Amino acid sequence: MAVWCARFFESNLGLRFTRCDQNDSTRLGRPCGRAGGGDGLERKDQQSMIGEGIQSTNQRKHSYVRDNVEVGFFTDPTVCIGCKACEVACKEWNQVPDDGYVWLGNSYDNTGHLGASTWRHVMFLEQDRAKGNQIAGPMGLLNPQSDLSAVASAEAEDPFRWVFLSDVCKHCEEAGCLEACPTGSIVRTEVGSVLVQDDVCNGCGYCVVSCPFGVIDRRPQPLPDAGGAFKCTFCYDRQKSGLVPACAKVCPTESIVFGRLDDLRARGADRVRQLQQSGYNDAQLYDPTETTVRGIHAFFLILGEPEAYGLPPKPQIPTIYLKSAWTSAFATAIASIIATLLAFAFFS
Amino acid sequence: MTPNSPSEKRLDELREEAWKEGVVAGKGVDVAGGPIPRKPGYYGQAVVKPPVWTWEVPFYFFFGGMAGMSAVIATGASIFHHLDLARTAMWIASIAGAILSPILLIMDLGRPRLFLNMLRVFKHRSAMSMGAWILTAFGACAVPGLIALELNAHQIFPGTLDQLLRVAAGIFICGAAIFGTLLATYTGVLIGATAIPAWFLHRTQLPIHFGTAGLGCAAALLELLGHRIAALNFLGFYAAGVETALLIWLSVDKHGAADRAIHEHRSGWLIRIGEVLNGPLALILRFFGLVPLAAISFLIGALVSRFGWIAVGRVSGSDPEAVFAAERY
Repeated sequence: MAVWCARFFESNLGLRFTRCDQNDSTRLGRPCGRAGGGDGLERKDQQSMIGEGIQSTNQRKHSYVRDNVEVGFFTDPTVCIGCKACEVACKEWNQVPDDGYVWLGNSYDNTGHLGASTWRHVMFLEQDRAKGNQIAGPMGLLNPQSDLSAVASAEAEDPFRWVFLSDVCKHCEEAGCLEACPTGSIVRTEVGSVLVQDDVCNGCGYCVVSCPFGVIDRRPQPLPDAGGAFKCTFCYDRQKSGLVPACAKVCPTESIVFGRLDDLRARGADRVRQLQQSGYNDAQLYDPTETTVRGIHAFFLILGEPEAYGLPPKPQIPTIYLKSAWTSAFATAIASIIATLLAFAFFS
Repeated sequence: MTPNSPSEKRLDELREEAWKEGVVAGKGVDVAGGPIPRKPGYYGQAVVKPPVWTWEVPFYFFFGGMAGMSAVIATGASIFHHLDLARTAMWIASIAGAILSPILLIMDLGRPRLFLNMLRVFKHRSAMSMGAWILTAFGACAVPGLIALELNAHQIFPGTLDQLLRVAAGIFICGAAIFGTLLATYTGVLIGATAIPAWFLHRTQLPIHFGTAGLGCAAALLELLGHRIAALNFLGFYAAGVETALLIWLSVDKHGAADRAIHEHRSGWLIRIGEVLNGPLALILRFFGLVPLAAISFLIGALVSRFGWIAVGRVSGSDPEAVFAAERY
C-alpha cells in the first residue's frame, strides 16, 4: 500500500520519497539520480519537486572567512511562505531595536522597507497574474459545490498570485555606500560583503543618499545606538565563527540560500530554467551585472518585473556622476576667479 | 492585541468608511481598488532613501559658499590694493568658513563627537571626504591669512618682519581662494553624485549654481557692509546674470517624472522663489541702482534655493516613479 501511495504521488504530483544519496549529488542545482534505477519509478524527464536533490548549504559549518571565499545569498520567492522567520532571526541575533509597531495595510507586510532597524524585509506582492501553472482560484467567494474546472475558468478571468520575497542589503560588487563613506567606516570583508563598522561611523548620512537600492539608513533618536548608519552585516560575526547568517539558518523552506557566490549563481540560473519549463514564464534573476553596480552578492529570483518589488531596474553607482559634476565645479571655480580679477582690473 | 485597542478601532472605522464611501483616504489604506494596489513600485514606497539631512546642511551650503568666494574677492582686492575690502572679505571667510561651517557640519552629524573621523581617510571618490579635506584646508589658509593680514595692516612688527607677514598673507589668501572656489562648488558635486534622481540629473548645473551663488553672496554681503565699489557691483551683475540663465536652463531642461520634484510640490516652489530672488529680481534691482535691495534679494534667494535643493532631494528620493523614470535616461 505504501509503495503504491508513493508511486501514485510520484507519478501524479512530482513528489519523491526516496532519500537522496549525498554522494550522488555533489554538484549543486542538479537533481540527484538514484542508484539502481529502472524499477519503473525512474522519471528523469518529469518535473521534480522544488529544491529536490539540491544539497543544503544552509546548515553546515564553513570556513569561508578564513579561505577568502566570496559568499552570497540567493533568495527564491517561489518557495518563500512569508513566515518572516528571517526578519525575526535577524532582529534577535543582531539585537536590532524595535522601531515601532505600525499597521501599514500593505497586504500582510507591516515591516515597510529596509532601513536602519530592518535588515530583512519580507515583501508581500498581490498581482493580477497567474503563477506558473498553479490554480489559484478567484478572489471572490466560490460556490463550494463547483468543481475544479469552475475554479480554473474563474482564474482565467480573474488571475491572482501572491508572491513573497525576503529583501536584504544587496552587498553590491561596486557599492555606492562604501565609495561614499568619508570615514572609512564601511569596508569590504574577506567574503565580499559590505560591512559598516559602527564604532567608526559618525553618522554623516552620505551613504544614505548614495545607495541605489535605498538599503542603508541613519538610525533616528531615541533608539539605541542612534545616529549611526546601519544595514545588514551579512552576519559577519557569525561567519567568522563558521556559522551561516541567521536569516538563512532559520529559513524553513530554504528560500534564502547561503553559500559560495559562484555556486549560487549557477544554482539560480538552473532554478530559472526549471521554473520556466514549469510555466513560470516571467521568472528571472535580479542581478544587475550589466550596470555599473556590476552585480550583487545577495541576488534574487523574481517573478515579473523588478519595479513591482521596489527594485531599480538599472541601478547605477553614483560615482559615475563624479566626472561631469567635478568638471562643472572646476569650470565654475575658474570662471569665478576670472570674473573677480576682471572686475577689479576694469572697475578699480 | 485587545479588541479595544486604538488600532482595532481605527480598523473598524476604515471598514465603515469603505462601506459608505467606497474609498478610504489616507496612508497605507487600499480598500477602494480591491486587493491589488495600483501604486508605483512596491506599494508606492521609496526605492532610494531620501536624505536624512536637516536645516544645518542648507545653511552650511550657504555659509560655505559665501566664505569660499569671499577669499577669492579678498585675493582680487589685495592684488589691486583694496586693503580694507580684503580685510573685511577675510573676516567673512574666516568666520563663515572656519567657524560657522564646521559647527553646522558637526551639528548635522548623527554622532557629532566622532567628527574627527572625517579626517581618518582621504577618498577622492567620495565627495563628502573631499569636502571635509577642502574645508580643513580652507580653514588652515583663511585663519592664518587673516591674522597675517591684520598684523600687517596694523604695522605691529617693524621692517623686515612686516614685509615677511605681507608675503605670508598673500600666500595664505591665495591658498584660501583656491580652496575657497572648491569649497563653494564641491557642494554641488556632493549632492549631484548621489542616487537621488532630481539631484544627479542636474549634476552639471548644481556646482555652477552653488559656486556662482556663493560669489554673489560674498559680493552682496560686502556691499551691505559698506564696500560700495564698482568691482563688487560688477560681480553682483555677473552672479545675478548667471543665476537668471540657470533659472531658464532649469525651466527648459525638464526630465518628466524623473525630476518633477523641481517643478512641482513645495520643493518646486522653494527652488523657483529662490532662483527668482537671486536671478532676475536681483538683476533688475541692481540695474535700477537699488544695490542694497539687490544684495538682500540675492542673499535671501541663495539661502531659499539651498533649502529648496535639499527639499527637492527629500521629495525626489521618496518618489519611486522618479527613480524608475531616471533610470531610463
